Amino acid sequence: MEVLAYLIPISLLLGGVGLVAFVYTVRSNQYEDPEGDARRILSDEWDDKPKP
Amino acid sequence: MTAQLSSGTAACPGCLAAPAEPARSIPEDVQIALSLPGIHCSACIATVERELNAHPGVENARVNLTLKRAMIKATPETRAVDLIPVLEKAGFEAHELDPGALSATQTDKAGRDLLMRLAVAGFASMNVMLLSVSVWSGATDATRDMFHWISAAIALPAIAFSAQPFFANAWSALRVRRLNMDVPIVLAILLALVTSLWETALSGEHAYFDAALTLTFFLLAGRYLDYRTRAAARSAAEELTALEVPRAIRLVDGVENEIAVADLKVGDLILVRPGGRMPVDGEIVSGQSELDRSLLTGETVPVFAEIGQLVSAGEVNLTGPLTLRATAVGEDTSLHRMADLVAIAESGRSRYTSLADKAAKLYAPGVHILSALSFLGWYIYSGDIRTALNIAAAVLIITCPCALGLAVPAVTTAASGRLFRKGMLIKHATALERLSEADTVVFDKTGTLTSGSPELVNLGDHSRAKVEVALALAEASAHPLSVALAKAAREAGIKPANVRGVVEVPGYGTEGEYRGQRVRLGRAAWVGAEQGSETSAWLAIGDHAPLAFRFSDALRPGAAEAVDALRAAGKHVVLMSGDSQGAVRALAEKLGITDWIAEALPQDKAHRIQDLSDKGHHVLMVGDGLNDTAALAAAHVSISPASALDAARVASDIVLLGNDLSPIADACDTAVKATKRIRENFRIATVYNVIAVPLAVIGLATPLIAALAMSTSSITVSLNALRLR
Repeated sequence: MEVLAYLIPISLLLGGVGLVAFVYTVRSNQYEDPEGDARRILSDEWDDKPKP
Repeated sequence: MTAQLSSGTAACPGCLAAPAEPARSIPEDVQIALSLPGIHCSACIATVERELNAHPGVENARVNLTLKRAMIKATPETRAVDLIPVLEKAGFEAHELDPGALSATQTDKAGRDLLMRLAVAGFASMNVMLLSVSVWSGATDATRDMFHWISAAIALPAIAFSAQPFFANAWSALRVRRLNMDVPIVLAILLALVTSLWETALSGEHAYFDAALTLTFFLLAGRYLDYRTRAAARSAAEELTALEVPRAIRLVDGVENEIAVADLKVGDLILVRPGGRMPVDGEIVSGQSELDRSLLTGETVPVFAEIGQLVSAGEVNLTGPLTLRATAVGEDTSLHRMADLVAIAESGRSRYTSLADKAAKLYAPGVHILSALSFLGWYIYSGDIRTALNIAAAVLIITCPCALGLAVPAVTTAASGRLFRKGMLIKHATALERLSEADTVVFDKTGTLTSGSPELVNLGDHSRAKVEVALALAEASAHPLSVALAKAAREAGIKPANVRGVVEVPGYGTEGEYRGQRVRLGRAAWVGAEQGSETSAWLAIGDHAPLAFRFSDALRPGAAEAVDALRAAGKHVVLMSGDSQGAVRALAEKLGITDWIAEALPQDKAHRIQDLSDKGHHVLMVGDGLNDTAALAAAHVSISPASALDAARVASDIVLLGNDLSPIADACDTAVKATKRIRENFRIATVYNVIAVPLAVIGLATPLIAALAMSTSSITVSLNALRLR
């Protein structure tokens, strides 16, 4: 059961990392256009080089 | 509403092309926003962005497909009116939006706030659920207690943050001594936390921290969906308002000043250019022109305007520049008096109770009574307040309306999304439910079933030589009839005759010289002809008898299909118009509508609809003009096209974003299906309660059962809603 002493903090930490990542995506407007982003991936326009 | 209505007196969107005010010149890049109702795929995105980025002056253009909008960063001298033709050439319908009005919706604080709370509740419930699973699978004694304490440490701050919207709503309802859906929710969450803490402190077996968190999570998900649907509609409705820029040109000592319509005063001299809309009521002091009154009265024949004539706000100036002296501004204009009719009619609609409200009214007291009874019953039976409280909490948690909270928003989100893709905007929360009940459809004519632009009908009646002369004259004018004539003639492959010295006489027509004879194209009286009931332009060559070019109003695309589909769906279709008998009869026959009314005044329309409602019909009104606004508000549910006057759009529940009318029939169909799904969802939620509640009341419910019941019912309800797509 000593393993819990590691596992519980790790699980909490991972959960926290997930939450922080989500907060970051919200703050950087990544949910503004879900439909457009889903379609954009099909376009081959910037496949060779990234958009400047 | 008054604020929005006042912008209804706006000058035309075309005035954007007019010189900008010098005071607000910004040296930096400007933001231009365009509404693109027609885009739908990745190819559309690519084409629009390529076309826009290729345009000189555009620095960066990005399409938002979800909002069907393009945001463009451009140099200050770039104007939206230059970009719209670029897109139209590529085959996309585009309208300019006022970026000032949009910036408010761009940073969507409330939505982001809800999303954050949803995320916190989601992550916290995942972590707590992890611990709970270990407890359910057999952790005992010190381990169980530790897991419970960790759960408490996560759950308490998470709920304190995430459940705030419910706390606030419940408190505001309780303060006025009323019950809403949030009261049982808050009670369940709080009671679950209190009993769980108590149990944990006494090393008890059952703690409901995970239930309290998942409850918050599911309910927030419902709230968020609901919010998203309405926010999308609201921002798009704001977009439509942003289409009309409320500016007018005031003349001070002969100098033109562009000012906001709200700043106009009685007695001001106002210049209205051809194509512009009258911003105020007034009297013409100089100029001659023709006025299009169709938005106010539904008449399609333009009215001659000369010095001394009174004009009303909302009329459109067609040919020559007019100078007005304002006699009534702002709220005193006839436009606004008409809007008062709307306010009266609208109070009737607010009496509609939505399905969700009906459910909540039954539900909230029921749950409280049930939980109080089980508390009392167990207290009397066992004499132990801890057991009784535990069971009361279990009852509240299990009955708690996770599924009920999702039942309506999940369906309306799916339905609104589906309709939005077809170019319809659901503005009102209960619009779909009301639309599903509609059995009678009333159409306005001008601007709704017809596009409001004339179409030449008798080109073949005239000899080619005469049409050549007419074309030469027509091309010198921007009058809608001239434009339509020129278009029809050009399409027939006719070249203009060599007419010299063509001049436009505002209010009358165009005049020139052809082979030594004076030729005129214009109003009947001007060329010496008798004015008939139909819209026509007359051509006079020398002293020959004048020839009539007759016009009819072109049908809006999809109008015939919409009417047919509605009739096929068993709905009664009525045509109500302020236009003349002949014009209305012709259109009714063309579309096969047997029930039609012509020359209807705005009050008549509203009364007719009231009569129909009194007979037990549920009326769907489709209209665009100011003369329709009272009728739109009086109807059970209403639809207006995006080209409608601001006041009409405000009064209607659903706005058609594109030009096509055919989605109306689809919308009725979707609404019926959506309402069916909502009812189904309520039934599913009830079935779960019927199974789980007895378990809770007799004290058999464990946190595991609560979690299972809650999740399965919420997921079934959401999946059922998704079937609508």
